[in-house]
Amino acid sequence: MTGGHPGVIEPRIVRITPLRGSLVPDLRELWEHRELLYFLVWRDIKIRYRQSLLGVGWAVLQPFMIMVVFSVLFGRVAKLPSDGIPYPVFYYSALLPWTYFASALTQSTNSLVGHQMLVKKVYFPRMILPIAGVLSGLPDLGFSFVVLLAMMLVYGMVPGVAVLLLPAFVLIATLTAMSLGLWLSSLNAMYRDIRHAIPFVVQVGMFLSPVVYPSSMVPEAWRWLYGLNPMAGAIEGFRWALLSRGAPPGPWLLVPILGLVLLLGGGVLFFRRVEGKVIDVV
Amino acid sequence: MGDPAIRVEGLGKRYTIGERPGLGRRWLVDAWRPAPAGLRRDLAAMPAARSSIWALRDVSFEVGRGEVVGVVGRNGAGKSTLLKMLSRIVRPDAGSAEIHGRVGSLLEVGSGFHPELTGRDNVFLNGAILGMRKTEIVRKFDEIVAFAGVEKFIDTAVKHYSSGMYVRLAFAVAAHLEPEVLLVDEVLAVGDAAFQSKCLDRIGEVSHEGRTVLFVSHNVGAINRLCSRTLWIDDGRLKADGASDDVISRYFMAGVGLDGERAWPEGVANPDVTEFKLRAVRVRNALGDVTGVIDGRQPFAFEVVYEILEPLPYCRVGVIIETTDGVAVVAAYDSDDVRHSGPRLPGVFTGSCMVPAELLNSGRFMVSVNAGIPRVKNLVSLERVLSFEIFDVGASGIPVSEGRRRRGVIRSRFEWRLEACRETTRTESAVSGHGGAPPASRDRQ
Repeated sequence: MTGGHPGVIEPRIVRITPLRGSLVPDLRELWEHRELLYFLVWRDIKIRYRQSLLGVGWAVLQPFMIMVVFSVLFGRVAKLPSDGIPYPVFYYSALLPWTYFASALTQSTNSLVGHQMLVKKVYFPRMILPIAGVLSGLPDLGFSFVVLLAMMLVYGMVPGVAVLLLPAFVLIATLTAMSLGLWLSSLNAMYRDIRHAIPFVVQVGMFLSPVVYPSSMVPEAWRWLYGLNPMAGAIEGFRWALLSRGAPPGPWLLVPILGLVLLLGGGVLFFRRVEGKVIDVV
Repeated sequence: MGDPAIRVEGLGKRYTIGERPGLGRRWLVDAWRPAPAGLRRDLAAMPAARSSIWALRDVSFEVGRGEVVGVVGRNGAGKSTLLKMLSRIVRPDAGSAEIHGRVGSLLEVGSGFHPELTGRDNVFLNGAILGMRKTEIVRKFDEIVAFAGVEKFIDTAVKHYSSGMYVRLAFAVAAHLEPEVLLVDEVLAVGDAAFQSKCLDRIGEVSHEGRTVLFVSHNVGAINRLCSRTLWIDDGRLKADGASDDVISRYFMAGVGLDGERAWPEGVANPDVTEFKLRAVRVRNALGDVTGVIDGRQPFAFEVVYEILEPLPYCRVGVIIETTDGVAVVAAYDSDDVRHSGPRLPGVFTGSCMVPAELLNSGRFMVSVNAGIPRVKNLVSLERVLSFEIFDVGASGIPVSEGRRRRGVIRSRFEWRLEACRETTRTESAVSGHGGAPPASRDRQ
């Protein structure tokens, strides 16, 4: 805000009309609200573990406990293949991107409804809410990542050069959560059914992604269909970049990425389409 | 006003009443159906016409740069809808508006406050939500905290704050917003009287800084004080737009005659009240005639006619007198007279409130009625049902000086005592000499 320095303010005109205006979001306006985005993410993180004994430990403990259960059940008992990676590392390295995706998706889906008091009283680009919901999952990913590195050390695994590509796979997970979040947050404002469906979708989604098994287990004939799930590529790529095991991501990864771009574009347009009306129903 | 800060043309907003069937179909299917804007609007308007109301319609006005404009109107008149549209929270259904310059809108205080966060954290969060930059918040932080007077608790979670502290901190952030165009709604309906007046002063300061302010409030006195111009919105339409005192007195007197009586043949009461019905409110002059024009030198009376339909353990009936610019003069209840407290049996009653002569100054006054069982139930509460006028004759025996109305809401004649003070000279000599005068006589000077 440059209110104190009138010379700096460029004259700005806000036009208010019944017309929806462009479906393409006003990127400049979004950029101007980047600090709000930052504060919303910061607030989410700050209050998430308030008044809990373990605090941020929960971010680590949750995937860790699931990893232990998986290692025993799917590893020791069911003896599922793991591409030669020790079970704990194999499961934990997939649980990280998946847990991040699941919480980002849940947060962002509930963002519009969860902030309805705010939406009714203050104007800002509404798209910030689902975006903040997704980004607020990143620090948790960071914390549990440190634990993953420690586990790798214990097992004597050292990441190779491929680790430089790791952020790209986190980005794929982020964009997947964001594009779904844009669709689902606006739909959730209209139909609360969405909120009830989310836990179920997250659970099913995990089994449709290579979390408890390597994608090499998927029959060759179904690989193409399986690969359409962008999270399959993200998780498999995350494992590969970090552990240098399994197949490196091939050109097949471009297909879900292309699909992701379409999903994201559609999500943005759909969100813009309904955001003006959402105020009347939340 | 060559360069308006706000220009509103034919603005309208329509709301649909009740649950809309096929809501989902409209959005999932219609949202994607390409159609020329005009046709689509017609299609949307047709089925909606049956079950929708215009919360605001055909409102047009301009606000010049640096102007401070008030907006008055009854509850549900459309004031807040107007502000929400100008704040871009809801989209209009007709017309358009333009705002030149950076807009700051305050539709509530403490938007986004989180109880688990500390005062400090909330200041930053709320500031960012209101559109302040982080650097700006950092710069003003100490000022904000001092304004709120919560220095000691700034690192305590706000859930431990008293409601007063919470509201003060919330307003303090808002008060340090520096937009070019400020839209304010009813935020002053919070806090205690002292803090409210501090808030009003702050808004006054803001308006002197050359900012454009649109100020929606029920506090007509505040609007009159802060705004030179006022818009009156009634039933979704702009009913008046002009000088504040003019518009406000018209707003106050709307539908209120000077005939000295307001009657409800069927009786009137608050919703869900079955035990009580208000029948009439009257003003009677000293001769017992029903009239709205009263000679201030004579006593007069308010009459409240009501029916009690079920036995009541207790019941209090009263009138509230206000000036036309919203200053409350007095609230008079029958229970002030101990003879009238105690259980009440069914029947029709007339309560008369005797007003002594030479109490009110000349001018228009508004009468509100209130009946209830204190702390249990409000039976009827009607604001400004009647007006009356005290005509300007001065206190008895003293002629009105030409064109001069004495200041003040009341114009009582108080007893004055007059003594020639021989003590004066004695005290002076006592001060210069040795102390001889008693302290009391010194005080009297």
